Amino acid sequence: MRARGWAPYLFLAPFFVVFLVFGLFPLLFSIYLSFQQWNPAEGLHTMHSVGLENYWYAITDPWFHDSLLNTLWFALVSGAPQHLVALPLAYFIHRQVKRGRDLLVGAYFVPYITSSVAIALIFSTLYSKDYGLINAALSELTRLPFIGSPLEAAQLARGGPIDWLGDADTTRPAVAFVVFWRYLGWNLVLYLSALQVIDQDLYEAATLDGASTWQQFRHVTLPLLKPMIFFAVTLTLIGNLQLFEEPFILVDSEKGVSQSVMTSAIFMYRLAFNDGDFGTASAVSWLLFILIAALTWLNARLFGRDARGAHEAG
Amino acid sequence: MKRADVMPQPLPAGRDAWPGRAWLSRPWLAWTLILAGAAVLVAPLYFTFVFATHGRTEIFNSPPPLWFGSQALSNLHLLEERLPFWRNLGMSLYVAGMTTLLNLLLCSMAGYAFAIYQFRFKRPLFALVLGSMMLPSFLHMIPSFMVMDALGWIDEPRALYVPAAASALGIFLMRQYIGSAIPRDLIDAARMDGCSEFRIFRSVVLPLLKPALGTLGLITFIASWNNFVAPLVVMRSPEHYTLPLALRSMQTPNNTEWGALMIGSAIAMLPLLVAYVLSARRLVSGLTAGAVRG
Repeated sequence: MRARGWAPYLFLAPFFVVFLVFGLFPLLFSIYLSFQQWNPAEGLHTMHSVGLENYWYAITDPWFHDSLLNTLWFALVSGAPQHLVALPLAYFIHRQVKRGRDLLVGAYFVPYITSSVAIALIFSTLYSKDYGLINAALSELTRLPFIGSPLEAAQLARGGPIDWLGDADTTRPAVAFVVFWRYLGWNLVLYLSALQVIDQDLYEAATLDGASTWQQFRHVTLPLLKPMIFFAVTLTLIGNLQLFEEPFILVDSEKGVSQSVMTSAIFMYRLAFNDGDFGTASAVSWLLFILIAALTWLNARLFGRDARGAHEAG
Repeated sequence: MKRADVMPQPLPAGRDAWPGRAWLSRPWLAWTLILAGAAVLVAPLYFTFVFATHGRTEIFNSPPPLWFGSQALSNLHLLEERLPFWRNLGMSLYVAGMTTLLNLLLCSMAGYAFAIYQFRFKRPLFALVLGSMMLPSFLHMIPSFMVMDALGWIDEPRALYVPAAASALGIFLMRQYIGSAIPRDLIDAARMDGCSEFRIFRSVVLPLLKPALGTLGLITFIASWNNFVAPLVVMRSPEHYTLPLALRSMQTPNNTEWGALMIGSAIAMLPLLVAYVLSARRLVSGLTAGAVRG
């Protein structure tokens, strides 16, 4: 029986060795690193403390400001539609779709599990200026009656086919669409799973009371979904504020327009691995963390307490 | 949880006001939108496979090809010329496989300890793991590169699969599942029979964990297979690249062989699509486990 005293620690040991070496230690070390000046090419001994200088450098760097604005723009423009589309969609599927539901949900979910690189590559061909499918489809649309001629006029005003990934005006929306496309199904699945636990009797009772479908959605479904909305929005917020892969792959960093989609995560990556400034890069990562934590906290303040209340009442 | 396909109650006619009633009484409108949406979502994947069978010039024809062509093999040859493609594929398989195996082993053991035993510091240890791993992953990027550098693991596959073996999601799922699905009496009975603690875990508990291991394994494999940032930071030589990194390295500003790239992308997506089709329900419920509680 004495052996059992050791057993839990033996079961935990392998996990914790990996966790401490590759999880916790790097995290603590990165805090230390953010107060150091260091060039990795010259070895560890050249590291010296610079106090808050890295943070000050980042805070006053206009590129960092631009990257923050880009990041926030993406969080909002690709984040909000994910929920504004996924929620009604989930409600409709929940109430109306009986047959083929798995197939339909599967179609919406499949972008989420495919590789972001493969997705970015296919989108760069679809977005291609002269021969891409999207521009080809747009030029087909100009042949339609009614919308055709205004569309053509708009295209002419822009000076020909749209250079989706090469024009600073369109690059950001184009990237935002890819992000929206990728995560819509994920949110749909979250909302569907929450809808399924809502007691059907509530709808029956509401119907008997003469509540319209809209009223049922507004007064029964929405309040009961609040905890899930809060959870899903929080996930989107955290994910979008770390956005890296889609803009990094879709827009070539050699191009001037890559500035317009440089997120803070990309900025941090470039500082570290292109400029070799690991100290400032660490400081940027912690500044970004503070921003994410603050926004998540704000979201919880605005939304979360209310959501918990509704959950308990439900 | 209620079953998914509970029938919605038919609404009495004429009682409902706009807009909800109109929306639902004309479901063809919503249906059209929803099917069109699904088509838009699936289209890029479809075109990956279509373009994979066409040469570079055909892909950028006007209009572009909408149906499969016959260039798949020559695209594959081009891909083999430009990349050590099969080595990259092997590397992806190896890294994702090792990540999954190690992750399942470490997380099931640790999850078992957290679910079954009482010991000192249990709560703070669990909170430490969950808390620190919920931090954004980019915080780890620079310092873990330095750890790998210090260990001499740069350009080594183990730099990818060892750190991924300790995951908060894994330990969380395992603890939940073991706590609810493994009867304590079974463990006590095995103890009475004189089983050692480790033997109990291996012969009694592990076989019962199969469903949870399947879900976690699938999630871990997909995440590792699609991972781009970790190999980007750690891997140096092209033959050690995993598929996403290799494909991305083929994309050059001017002379990109799009047909070859598309067949590479198609091959990179195919295993996951197959796995998804075979296990969609389990995967989705696994991914959203714990989320339902809100």
